[in-house]
Amino acid sequence: MTAPDRIVAKEGIAAREAARPAGAAAAASCRRREGGLIDRSRSLSFSFDGKAFAGHPGDTLASALLANGVRLLGRSFKYHRPRGVLTAGSEEPNALVELRGGARREPNTRATVVELYDGLEAASQNRWPSLRFDLAGAGDLLSPLLTAGFYYKTFMWPAAFWEKVYEPLIRRAAGLGRLSGAPDPDSYEKSYAFCDVLVIGAGPAGLMAALTAGRAGARVILADEDFRVGGRLLAETHEVGGRPGPLWADDVLAELAGLDNVRCLPRTTVYGVYDGGTYGALERVADHLPVPPPGRPRQRLWKIVARRAVLAAGATERPIAFGDNDRPGILLAGAQRSYLNRFGVLTGSRTAVFTCSDDGWRSAADLVRAGAEVAAVIDTRPDARCPDGLTGLEDVALIAGGRVVETRGRLGLTSIDCLDRDGRRRSLAVDGLAVSGGWNPALHLTCHQGARPVWRDDLATFLPADDLPPGLAVAGAAAGGFSTAAALAQGAERGAAAAEAAGHAVRKPEPPEAEDGPVAVTPFWHVKESRARAWLDFQNDVTVKDVALAHREGFRSVEHLKRYTTLGMATDQGKTANVQALAIMAELTGKSIPETGTTVFRPPYTPVAISAFAGRSRGKDFRPVRKTPSHDWAVEQGAVFVETGAWLRAQWFPRPGETHWRQSVDREVLAVRNAVGVCDVTTLGKIDIQGADAGAFLNRVYANGFAKLPLGKVRYGLMLREDGFVMDDGTTARLGEAHYVMTTTTAKAVPVFRHLEFCRQVLWPGLDLQLISTTEQWAQFAVAGPRARDLLREIVDPDHDISNQAFPYMACGEVTVCGGTRARLFRLSFSGELAYEVAVPARYGDAMIRALMAAGAAFEVTPYGTEALGVLRIEKGHPAGNELNGQTTAANLGMGRMVSKKKDCIGNVLSERPGLNAPDDLRLVGFVPLDRRAQLTAGAHFIALGRAAVAAEDQGYMTSVAHSPNLGHSIGLGLIQRGGERIGEKVRAVDLVRGADVEVEIVSPHFIDPEGERLRA
Amino acid sequence: MRIPCPLCGERDASEFTYLGDAGPRRPDPTAPDAAEAFHDYLHLRDNPAGWHVELWYHEAGCRSWLQVSRNTLTHELGEVRRAEDLGLDEPSP
Repeated sequence: MTAPDRIVAKEGIAAREAARPAGAAAAASCRRREGGLIDRSRSLSFSFDGKAFAGHPGDTLASALLANGVRLLGRSFKYHRPRGVLTAGSEEPNALVELRGGARREPNTRATVVELYDGLEAASQNRWPSLRFDLAGAGDLLSPLLTAGFYYKTFMWPAAFWEKVYEPLIRRAAGLGRLSGAPDPDSYEKSYAFCDVLVIGAGPAGLMAALTAGRAGARVILADEDFRVGGRLLAETHEVGGRPGPLWADDVLAELAGLDNVRCLPRTTVYGVYDGGTYGALERVADHLPVPPPGRPRQRLWKIVARRAVLAAGATERPIAFGDNDRPGILLAGAQRSYLNRFGVLTGSRTAVFTCSDDGWRSAADLVRAGAEVAAVIDTRPDARCPDGLTGLEDVALIAGGRVVETRGRLGLTSIDCLDRDGRRRSLAVDGLAVSGGWNPALHLTCHQGARPVWRDDLATFLPADDLPPGLAVAGAAAGGFSTAAALAQGAERGAAAAEAAGHAVRKPEPPEAEDGPVAVTPFWHVKESRARAWLDFQNDVTVKDVALAHREGFRSVEHLKRYTTLGMATDQGKTANVQALAIMAELTGKSIPETGTTVFRPPYTPVAISAFAGRSRGKDFRPVRKTPSHDWAVEQGAVFVETGAWLRAQWFPRPGETHWRQSVDREVLAVRNAVGVCDVTTLGKIDIQGADAGAFLNRVYANGFAKLPLGKVRYGLMLREDGFVMDDGTTARLGEAHYVMTTTTAKAVPVFRHLEFCRQVLWPGLDLQLISTTEQWAQFAVAGPRARDLLREIVDPDHDISNQAFPYMACGEVTVCGGTRARLFRLSFSGELAYEVAVPARYGDAMIRALMAAGAAFEVTPYGTEALGVLRIEKGHPAGNELNGQTTAANLGMGRMVSKKKDCIGNVLSERPGLNAPDDLRLVGFVPLDRRAQLTAGAHFIALGRAAVAAEDQGYMTSVAHSPNLGHSIGLGLIQRGGERIGEKVRAVDLVRGADVEVEIVSPHFIDPEGERLRA
Repeated sequence: MRIPCPLCGERDASEFTYLGDAGPRRPDPTAPDAAEAFHDYLHLRDNPAGWHVELWYHEAGCRSWLQVSRNTLTHELGEVRRAEDLGLDEPSP
């Protein structure tokens, strides 16, 4: 069979075919008695669609099913076509299954990469009632209607039908697997690693790269998605350095394992390349076990920072499109060899090979060597001949210049029809077909930073571009080095270069001897004579006709083609489809492939579960909770908590018999107004400011004057943004000549600190001061109410005079409490009552609240939460978060005169913009309902009486409301045009969201003690 | 992206907070055209495709404000300096 004219005559094949027994009963695929890298001494049981099977360690789910004669694995996404296994790797488009049961059910898992374990459960997807008899398969008969763009064209109207009728129907019919809907019971974790050289892929190129760099002493990480190293060597019969390929790979792995500077990560897919030599990788720690061992995660997400990386990800074989090329039993030739050589599985009892290059012939040679029957090699090249170096093919029929045009077999291949170079048609009874359309380098990762692959005519494939991600080099088949010898040589060279670049002296090894066969491909994309549909994207059911339709309708650019036909948009991202579709579009437009375009790839290379990205950040762990120093005590009191930012704060403290939160809050408010209350205010941001220029600095960051704040005094401070709007407010106390303590609102603690550091470092680096956040270091409690001083006298050590004369309103100082504990005391009032804030080092916070409550028993002390805090400040007219909403100016809040005109401070220039000082600007005022029983709502908009509630009539909005137990009715704060001049006027407060429309009177925002006598008492 | 912090060494970008263009200087508030100058300082920015000098804050690290040269097309990083050190080169306003 070496002479080109030894093409078997038509009669010859026809006679052979006629002699075959009809309806052969033997299983189409089966396990061989010997060969392969599986452990036949042990058996693993598993089930598929409820039926029990057995396989061996070393199997994948796909190989074990094929070994058991199961070829039909699922139904396709759109047409519910019966589908089997196409590939033997992560590029698999067809063999998607639901793996595991219960809460661990995992849809759309590729059977070709699922490592078999004892007790594995899998089920087919997208079929009803059963895989063999699928009712929706009838949709296949309607396929002439269901072409590309069908949904866009058909479900245009009525628009309302889309969401309610069409989409649910389509979603049910077209689909993949089902999620369990239950919480994932397993854990996932994240790891970080740094290395000199990351090697991606452990085939001949990757192993050689890792070995070279590892021997040179570089810190190497070798990651491979498979559970066994060797890459393509596992699937072929090649020898390396005189050793069978898989054994050579094992030897290298053993040497690498002995090097302390090398870490091998099997079952790990590098899925993305990011800036600065950062790589994302997913390690499947326990996916090959029934459940993860105790304390182990299921998967681990790696962030690897590598100085250099070598991509040695190999190549993906591409199919040829011909009529009904999607039947179970039709595999890629390389996959067929992988099942034969690695898993000892014959994927057909009688196989034909359809190829456009010498590479496909390897399948015929390996099958013959294994004693299997090869019906014919159908080679698209008219001058095809058996390649040099392959033996045993003398009796195999060759159809040179041939094409497979059609196939038959409802649930699995039974025969094919082919044409020879003279156009004569013949039928072959085969249940296996190995298809080889050439190889596409797995260059996906090279595109992740925007590089586009480059077409190489001589190799008929795309190769990685020159503008690779910085630090990344490509070796082996991924770089077009398709022979084993080329892969080994490139791996050694790139590994050496990477180690050298990372600062290691390298002695270049002599790569071991290996096959160096030619890799010529005469590209052949699709069989034009085929009448039946010829599939390109198996997972999204895109055919050659769909590409032609896209071309006819003008969707000719690659990006349009993709979106119009959904080509390459399935979970496999078109790894076995994109290049052929592009080539067919090039044919249709009469342009070259480079002119037509390229497809680019984005992360992830293969799907990564959201659980892996989430890691430990699930449920309560999604965001850590910050607890106040009095938290444990508040829990003991039965407090109801509220989240304020990350903080958990006591909202109110219910007492026995109180059935409504208002009862608790009203009681707490009245207790503060009439006796004394205690509230944990630790959450307010605290910033310690020290240095000779600290005062000058404060004077620049606050809008009001701070230059003359005396020692031992606190001042309210209003902070603006540079654009003139209010950023935050708080107080700053002067504890020493050059020592100040600032408080911020809880919400703005972090942004204000960042802003102050900006001012200090970027704007005024010449000022002498330092800042540090002490929010966590000090526990701080507000003690408020007419009996506050009485209570504090029991707490503050007696040598500190806290009388009104010695320690008046806005005084501050360092004191000791409870017999010598260091503390800070501030006479501040947010409630409008006589009030203090006392701060102790955070470790004394729990003791402090207990001491305050014990000492306060004699004064009817009441703990109060954030809700009462809110009521008290609204009664007093103090703005808070609702008013400091980023859209208000000092003038809006009635504090316009505080903005000093005499000094430079952040925001004062632009606070004078005319737009922020219009005559009808908003002003903060109070509101009460005319009908005192009515409840006000925050968010209501103010409309003049008798006017329509439309945006054009809008005069402002209510910002905060509360029920005032002191006044006995609802009160509100709000921003309304010219508010200050309109006291006594009546307007409507219209809340269209809640359906409220209340007549209100504009009043002073100070509902309680407008003269401030209480707080100075 | 990895930013070489002059104090902490090379760190992941997730430790940093981005502000933007480091070019604009806070104007003299006493100048007659201060309002106009502040408007420009706050709102006018170039959006270059290529090298850009910008401010980053090492919030989860040493709290330095950094002046970072970054190529907006490739995310390649050039010179990184502490803003505080730079500011000391210039007279304080």
